[in-house]
Amino acid sequence: MTDDLARLAAALKAAAPAPDAAAKDRALRLAMENFDRAQETAARPRPMSDRPQGAGFLTGVRQMLASPMFSRLTSRPALAATASVVAIGVAITLWPAFQRGEVLPGQVALPTPRAAAPTTAPASPAEATYSQGAQPGTDALAKTMAEAVADAATRSARERAEARPEAPADATRPRLAETLPAVSAEPMLDAAGIIAASPPPLARPEADGFAASPLPDSEAYASADPNPVRITADDPVSTFSIDTDTASWPVIRSSLSAGTLPPREAVRIEEMVNYFPYDYPAPEPGTAPFRASVSLSPTPWNPGTQLLRIGLQGALPAVADRPALNLVFLIDTSGSMDDPKKLPLLKQSFRLMLGQLRPEDRLAIVTYAGSAGLVLEPTDAGDRATILAALDRLDAGGSTAGAEGLRQAYQVAESMAGEGRIGRILLATDGDFNVGISDPGALEDFVAARRRTGTYLSVLGFGRGNLDDAVMQALAQNGNGTAAHIDTLAEAQKVLVDQLTGALFPIADDVKVQVEFNPAAVAEYRLIGYETRALARTDFSNDRVDAGEIGAGHQVTALYEITPVGSPARLTDPLRYAAPATPGAPDATGETGFLRLRYKAPGAATSSLIEVAIPAKVTEPDTDARFAAAIAGIGQLLSDPRHLGDWGWDQAIALAQGARGQDPFGYRAEAVGLMRLAQSLAR
Amino acid sequence: MRMQTPDEALASAAANKDRDAFAALLARHYDRIFGLAFRLTGSRAEAEDLTQDICLALPGKLAGYRQAARFTTWLYRVTVNAAHDRRRRAAAHARAADGWGDWEVGRRAGNAEAAAAGDWLAEAMALLSPELRDTVALTLGEDLTQAEAAAILGLSEGTVAWRMSEVKRRLRDLARAEGMT
Repeated sequence: MTDDLARLAAALKAAAPAPDAAAKDRALRLAMENFDRAQETAARPRPMSDRPQGAGFLTGVRQMLASPMFSRLTSRPALAATASVVAIGVAITLWPAFQRGEVLPGQVALPTPRAAAPTTAPASPAEATYSQGAQPGTDALAKTMAEAVADAATRSARERAEARPEAPADATRPRLAETLPAVSAEPMLDAAGIIAASPPPLARPEADGFAASPLPDSEAYASADPNPVRITADDPVSTFSIDTDTASWPVIRSSLSAGTLPPREAVRIEEMVNYFPYDYPAPEPGTAPFRASVSLSPTPWNPGTQLLRIGLQGALPAVADRPALNLVFLIDTSGSMDDPKKLPLLKQSFRLMLGQLRPEDRLAIVTYAGSAGLVLEPTDAGDRATILAALDRLDAGGSTAGAEGLRQAYQVAESMAGEGRIGRILLATDGDFNVGISDPGALEDFVAARRRTGTYLSVLGFGRGNLDDAVMQALAQNGNGTAAHIDTLAEAQKVLVDQLTGALFPIADDVKVQVEFNPAAVAEYRLIGYETRALARTDFSNDRVDAGEIGAGHQVTALYEITPVGSPARLTDPLRYAAPATPGAPDATGETGFLRLRYKAPGAATSSLIEVAIPAKVTEPDTDARFAAAIAGIGQLLSDPRHLGDWGWDQAIALAQGARGQDPFGYRAEAVGLMRLAQSLAR
Repeated sequence: MRMQTPDEALASAAANKDRDAFAALLARHYDRIFGLAFRLTGSRAEAEDLTQDICLALPGKLAGYRQAARFTTWLYRVTVNAAHDRRRRAAAHARAADGWGDWEVGRRAGNAEAAAAGDWLAEAMALLSPELRDTVALTLGEDLTQAEAAAILGLSEGTVAWRMSEVKRRLRDLARAEGMT
C-alpha cells in the first residue's frame, strides 16, 4: 500500500518537466514589469517599448479566444456568446493574463467596466452552483456569465465547505449548495490570493475605461539616478543641456493635493526649480539672446559646502514685434481623456490661450483617437467663433493613434509654413500612446527628423492615471519644445497666458552648459537635478547633438553643490600618492570654475559660445537664490535626501517662507503651502 | 548576499518596493511554482500559463503576505488557489481544464506528452478527483507533511489524512485492476 504511494510520489517527481527557459524568462520579465507598474517605478529613464495596461487587455482577449478554453465552442452562437462573455467577464476573471505587449485593435468592443463591476456583488448561491454544473452546450453564454459573476462567491463558499472534515470528495459538490450562505470574505484565503476572481489592485478596471487604467498603475516617468558627487581632480568638467520644462512641479502638486507623496521618479529637481520665475538681469540689447549670471553662496543644508547658482535669463523681445504664429493643436481625444481634468480642462485652457493670439496668427486643430483627423482647417486666430465651435465639438472616445496624429500635425504645420512665421505643434495628451506605435523609439526618431523642418513640438500633459511622462518628455526634447503639465486652470493660465510668449517663441536653440571646475579651489561638486539632461563632455562642441531651447523671457536655473578644497564636508579623502597640485599655476586665477554656454540662433546650424568666469567670492544669497535652494531642498527630500544631513522639512519651509519676495502670481506662496502638506504626508 | 537572505525578508523588502528583492524572490521560486503547477495540472502548457499568471499577480499579492506563514507555505497556497480558479473557470467553459483529467482524451488522440510522461502516472492521477490530486501534489510531489498541506489547502489535518487514505485505496484498486488484465 505504501509502495503505491511511494511509486506515485516518484512518478510525480519524475513527471514534472524542467521549466522552459523562454517561458520562464517571459514570466519573470512580465512580472517585473508588473512590479514596476505597481511601484510606479519605471526602471529605465527613457520610454519603454511596451506600453502598459490598455494594450494588454485586447491582447488578452485574443489569447483567450485562441486558447483551448474555447476550442470546443465552434458553433456560431457559441462564438458570439463567447465574445459577449469576454466583454462582461474578462476584467473580472482573467485580468492578470492580459498584461502582454501589443494590441489587436477592433477585435472586440471595449466594455464599459462601470457596468460590469457591480455585477460581481449580488452573486447568489444559486448562480454559483449553476456555474459549477455547467456543461458544454448551446447555453454556454448563460453558464459562463453565471460563472464569471459567481466567481468570488463560489470560491469563498467552496473553501469554507472544504474547511470542515470532509466526506468523500464526490459528495462535496452537492453539499456545497446547502452550505452556501451569503457571500463573505475570508481574509486569510483572500490574502493568499486568487488570481482570477479578484483583479489585482494594480489593474482595477473602474476609473475611466480600459484605455485609461486608474491612477497608480500605468504612469511612466522619465527619471534617472541622482547625480553623484564628483571629484574635481578626476572629472573637472560637467556638461548638460538646459531644461525649461516645468512638468514635474504640477505633477508633484497634483500628487500632494490628492494626499499622497509623489512617486520618486516624478521628481525632477531642475524642473521644480525652473517652474518659478526669478529676477535675473536681462541681456543687453544687441548682445547674446540670453545672459548668464553666476553666484556662490553657503549651502543651507551643509555649512561645509557652497551652492553655485547659474541663472540664465532669456531676452524678451518687444511682444509687439513678435513674428506671426502657425499653431497646430494636436489634441488627444482618446477615451482616456474623458475626465474633468483632461479634455474639458484642455478646452478651457485653449480658450484662455486664444485671447493671447493675434489676428495674423493661424491655427489648426488635429485630433487623434482611433483615427487622426483635421477638425479645424488652418484658420485665422481672429475667427474666434469658428475656432471655439471646433473646440467645443471635441469629444473623447476611442483609442490613441498618437503617431498618426503627429504625422498629420506635421503635415498641416508644413502646409501652413510661410516666411517669417514660427510653426509650433502643441500636443495635448494624457500620454497614453497606445495604438499605432510599435516602437516609441521610432516615434522619437520621427520627431527628431521633423524638427529639422523648423517646426517646434511642445507637449502639454493633462490629468493623471496613465500619464506617460517618459514619452512626453522624450517627444518634447526631440521636438525642440517644452513639456508642461496642466493640472488646473490656474496652471493653464501660467503656461498658456502669462508665459505664452516664452512657450511659443524660441530665442536660442540647443543651449548647452559646461562648467569646468578649478581643482585648486573645488574638491568635489554635484549637479542638483538635470539627470535626464546629462551630456557627454564631447557633446558640448558638437553642433549635431540636440539640447534644450530657451524661449523668450525664459529663465533657467542650475545649482551645483560644491565642496571647497580643505572643507571638512569633503566626502572623499585626498589621495596620498596623487601628485600635489602645482602651487601657483591654476590658483592664480582665483576662480572657482569656468562656465561655457553654447547656443544656436533659432534655425541656425552652428553654435555660438558664451564664456563666464565663476569667481570664488561667496556672497549672501539673494531672495531668488534662497528660494531656489529651498525648492532644490524639497526636491531632494522627495527623491533622495542623502546629501541633506539633518536638514529637513522645517528648515526647507522656513527657508522658502523667508524667500517669497514679490511673488506677484502667488506661485511661491502656493509652494510653501504644498511643502507643509508634503511635510505632513511624509510623517 | 541576496542568496542568503531568507525568503521572508525578501518578501517584505519586495512588498516595500525593493525591486531587486522581488527579482531575487521570483528567480528563486519560479521553478518551485512551475513544478507544483505541473503536478496540479498535468500539462506543461497549463503549468506555464498558470505560473505566468501567478508571477504577474505576485507584485499585487505580496502586499497581502503576512509573515505569520512561511513564505513558501504562502506561495504554495497562492499557487493552489490559482490552480483551483483556473480549473473551475475552465470547467464552466465546458473543458476539463486539468491535464490529468484530460489524459484519457489526450491518449486517444495520440498525445505525445501523455505518452512520454508515463501511462501509469496518468492513469493513477486520472482516477483521483481534483481535490485528491491537489493533496497528492503537495504531499507526495512537494514532500510536505500532511500538516503543511492542510495549512496550504485551508483544511484540517484530519481531512488531509483522510484524503491520503482515499488515495491509497484508489491506488490499490488500480493495482488490482492491473493485476487482472
